[in-house]
Amino acid sequence: MKMNNTYLMSALWGFVGAVTVSGVLAAENPNVFNRLFTPPDKAVQTINDDGIHDPQSPAVGVLQEPKQAFAPLEKSISGNYVDWTKSLKKQQINPLFDYQDPAKKAQPMNLNIVMEVKGSTPDVVFPHDIHTELLDCSVCHPQVFVPQKGANQITMAEIMLGQKCGICHGSVAFPVSDCKACHAGKPAEKKAANKETKK
Amino acid sequence: MITTAGFIIAPAQAEYGDIVLNNYSDDAEIRPVIFPHWFHRIRYRCKTCHGDLGFKIKAGASEINMLKIINGEYCGACHNGKIAWAMENCDLCHSAKPGTPTQAHKSSKQLLLAPQPIEKK
Repeated sequence: MKMNNTYLMSALWGFVGAVTVSGVLAAENPNVFNRLFTPPDKAVQTINDDGIHDPQSPAVGVLQEPKQAFAPLEKSISGNYVDWTKSLKKQQINPLFDYQDPAKKAQPMNLNIVMEVKGSTPDVVFPHDIHTELLDCSVCHPQVFVPQKGANQITMAEIMLGQKCGICHGSVAFPVSDCKACHAGKPAEKKAANKETKK
Repeated sequence: MITTAGFIIAPAQAEYGDIVLNNYSDDAEIRPVIFPHWFHRIRYRCKTCHGDLGFKIKAGASEINMLKIINGEYCGACHNGKIAWAMENCDLCHSAKPGTPTQAHKSSKQLLLAPQPIEKK
């Protein structure tokens, strides 16, 4: 019995030791496995500790925490880590179309614009559908985008610097790291189309 | 995380789309405004503010001041005690650390142009 106890204790201490050592190593090892700039659990702090809110402000504890607001919504890979389109379609959120008249509904226009892209990157499929669910035509046309197919030459550099699509995508709507959200054309179709042009 | 002279300096980790407005606040010696864009988009579609209320789609570009809000423009269209809480709750908007520059927090542009890190306590 005493023998058993000793074994048990040494096994337990061995376990505790292993945990402590690995914990210390993780804290001090500069080559910890992490592909992201920010570990996901550190991505969004509480308002009290997010670096821009004043912890002394009376707003802390009164304002809604993002984590709490996003908990029931569809997840995505970047931005707010919320798939706003899916959340809207599934009616997890019901944002009003008119701030004075809750009964007023959007009249979505179902028109996809396919924008051809160089190289093997899938073409961009721009859905008017979700954009007209959320916006008026006049927000984008004609100041930001000329309402004519092929009239808008857009580069990723422009988008990342906050021009064209980047006015929203990369500041409040999903950012460029979610490539396939826009580059949604089918690669197979694209390859076929490229072959045809070469002939 | 970089440690220099006793301060731990880390980039701010607030929510994507938190909009800081500091056109006039620092000069008026009040905390800058943080507008939680994500909070509002859950409740209203983009069109209500960026179409009907005339908010420009760029942080700080609408040049909002308290006079405009009192007159029912911009934030004042809802924050009037009828649709949303009224403007006497100064601290709920004016809640940023003093000196925080106007920004769309975590925007691609901000990340690319490497903003000055904010001191963390």
